[in-house]
Amino acid sequence: MANPEEIEESSDEIVKKMMFVMRKAPHGTINPYEGLEVMLIVAAYDQDLSAVFLDDGVYAIKKGQDPKEIGAKDFSTTFRVLPGYGIEKIYVEKESLENRGLTVEDLLLEVEVVDKSEVTKLMQEQDVLFPF
Amino acid sequence: MLFTVNKSPFLFGHLDSCLQYAIKDTPILLIEDGVYAASKGTSYEKKLKEALGKFEIYALGPDLKARGIASVIDGVKIVDYAGFVDLAEKHNVAPWI
Repeated sequence: MANPEEIEESSDEIVKKMMFVMRKAPHGTINPYEGLEVMLIVAAYDQDLSAVFLDDGVYAIKKGQDPKEIGAKDFSTTFRVLPGYGIEKIYVEKESLENRGLTVEDLLLEVEVVDKSEVTKLMQEQDVLFPF
Repeated sequence: MLFTVNKSPFLFGHLDSCLQYAIKDTPILLIEDGVYAASKGTSYEKKLKEALGKFEIYALGPDLKARGIASVIDGVKIVDYAGFVDLAEKHNVAPWI
């Protein structure tokens, strides 16, 4: 019987670069919630994952959300588990933050702020983009 | 006529369009993602302030709270669900979707 190390080495699975593109606000559409769920699912497959929050997507990780009165669940804090699931590359677009009067202080997880041209470049490097 | 707008002003043109069709003193109620237009310090603030000179603009409180919007542009009136019903009773409702 092969020892576990050998098995690991022989499994040359293809690792793809995949980026989640979060563009929608929470609560008004289901997109950010679905995006979060898919991130947690895909995280199980050991791929090269990253996420970028741009346009209204930056609102999904805004602090201070309290949707009790509209009968919705606050899933925003769940985004904090992403690094623990291996999604450590989390980007936020500078222009999107600025247009909305937000700074990194308003966000509930640690992110790398990048400008639009850097986002464009990051997207070009990916094998797959998951839009939400 | 009461216009309601439920889409973000950053990704969609619903509020821009609504502002063109509403006549003076028309009440406009921002609900759901529409309330982002009422938040201070955004690139939409200037447009909303101009609109405040012509229209009565309301924002639904529970939707602001849900989205963590703590500071709202001066002049925007915050209403609760009962206030929404009061407005809907006084006017014909036109959802600008």
